[in-house]
Amino acid sequence: METILLLVAAEEDGGLGKPALEAATAARELAARLEGAKLLAGIFGAQAGRAGAALAGAGFGEALLVEHESLARARFATDAAACQALVAASGASLVLAPATSRLQRVLAAVSARCRGAVDTHATALGAESGAVHATRWFYRQRMVGRVSRERRPWFLSLEPGVFAPHAASGDLVSRPVPAPLPESRTRVEGLRSPSSGAQTIRPDAPLLFVAGAGWCKKQADGLAHVSEAERLILGFLGKSGASLGGSKSVVDQKGEGGALSFLTHLNQVGQTGSTPRHAKGLATCCHGEEPHTVGWRFVSGRRAVNLDANCGWAQGKADVLYVADAFKVMARVNELLAG
Amino acid sequence: MPVFHVVVCGGLVPDPLQTLEPVQGPAGWGLKNESMLPAILDPWAASALFEADSLARANPGSRVWLVSAAPKAKLQQVLMALAQKAAFELVAVDAQAGGFSDAAECASALAAAVNSIAGLDRSRLLLFGGWESASRGAGATLAILGEMLGISEQFQGVDQASPKPDGSLEILERVEGGRHQVSLLSAPPALLGWATGSLPEPPNNPQVGMLNMRSAMPALQKAAPSRLTGGGLALSSVELPSQRRDTRVVKDMPEDQVAREIVEWIAEK
Repeated sequence: METILLLVAAEEDGGLGKPALEAATAARELAARLEGAKLLAGIFGAQAGRAGAALAGAGFGEALLVEHESLARARFATDAAACQALVAASGASLVLAPATSRLQRVLAAVSARCRGAVDTHATALGAESGAVHATRWFYRQRMVGRVSRERRPWFLSLEPGVFAPHAASGDLVSRPVPAPLPESRTRVEGLRSPSSGAQTIRPDAPLLFVAGAGWCKKQADGLAHVSEAERLILGFLGKSGASLGGSKSVVDQKGEGGALSFLTHLNQVGQTGSTPRHAKGLATCCHGEEPHTVGWRFVSGRRAVNLDANCGWAQGKADVLYVADAFKVMARVNELLAG
Repeated sequence: MPVFHVVVCGGLVPDPLQTLEPVQGPAGWGLKNESMLPAILDPWAASALFEADSLARANPGSRVWLVSAAPKAKLQQVLMALAQKAAFELVAVDAQAGGFSDAAECASALAAAVNSIAGLDRSRLLLFGGWESASRGAGATLAILGEMLGISEQFQGVDQASPKPDGSLEILERVEGGRHQVSLLSAPPALLGWATGSLPEPPNNPQVGMLNMRSAMPALQKAAPSRLTGGGLALSSVELPSQRRDTRVVKDMPEDQVAREIVEWIAEK
């Protein structure tokens, strides 16, 4: 019989982020497939007690809490100690956690402390004859596999954007858990946005706009029009609320000068970048096949604008490929969006 | 000026432009023609190596080791190019580590290699590596290795580590929403799992390459074999996603009409 612990971090305001609520749904659904499974929540943070309410109605027996002001911000030493205490107090055989930067930072180390096993970035969970299995991707989203383990506790982090977020209803009993938090040589100073000042990465946006290297290349008049490209792209992002991604080639141009000033490696999607999850994606001036496919694996609706009808990336990967000049198209799109 | 002992852990992965296909053999899952596929140092581990090299050059007296668990012959091929990029001392583990290996088992092999490094000052240790790999992509091996080595300060998704004159480091880690969390680490030892970093790939330097290979060849020859058996990870299936879309190619449509279609599509729920 499995004891499932959902491990989540409380936000600074005492709430729970969307990935945590999605993981709650995953935990509830998995518990329902396992006969006699026990479901517990483990919450840590400066406002862990308040966060428990967000999990009410998901079938958790109780919420175990580690609450301390030193857990207000993510820091390995204190977060790992809090998680370890929660796992130990729960007696969990399965530990589920959202694959947020905070949990991903500590989950594998905590699994080692608990002499367990760990697999991360799971995109589905299932159970057959009482045996749990998880689906995850390998080789940067190029192939998908189903994994299982006999070793317990088994730690699994769950990709955000896969499960529906849980909507709280009713109450959830909570119980504080003592956790000796260690002294740390790390002082968290705060958060810093990209130096460009433009907030272009919006994980919750319905649309991903991907800029390719073509934006910085010489156009029909024999000249590059980088500043015009910047104006068009930022204008589109402002009007559409889209998140901005970039191919490796366009991001790398920054080190060589003459590139889009607001693009950083944080925007990079694909083989050596992120694999974002948005409902729709619009690629412009992108070429190349496999790396782009990887970056778009979890984008449902895909359209592309570029000048090559035989583009290996778009053929068979996008729903619609517009063979057109992205400068002209996006200028007109911006006009239409401006009303 | 602080002195750092930087140990960079990095595995080999297939060149990103190669087409990959999973196959199941007697030893478990692997890649079709895996031994024939051209390989590179894992991209994020390469970022870590270039950052380590830069850190060591800026802080005289610092040293850099590259610890890699990979088949010897393939590692030698990769070193021919890599050795010209950054100065390091190689510690090789002869193992077939790929995307279907177990993180804890790999970490155990790497821990033995790190523990065998002569002259490593643990009070100056910065354990570097990629925050994830381009093979398993779990972000687990380095963290488990850190635990095995008793390193209590860990950072993941690092894009910048700036040393201060007092030996402390300002570290930028990636967090959600395209932002960085800024932390101040008072002193090593620490583990830094690097994302892309902030440095471009260094140009080839044949002199550095010759120096590196002089020490790398003996290190390859005495690489300790390590047999990875899977560590309890059971894979019941591995497959390529078969989805292929029926792409509608739109040619000769006026830009105005293309724009209107796109705007309508964006507005669709």
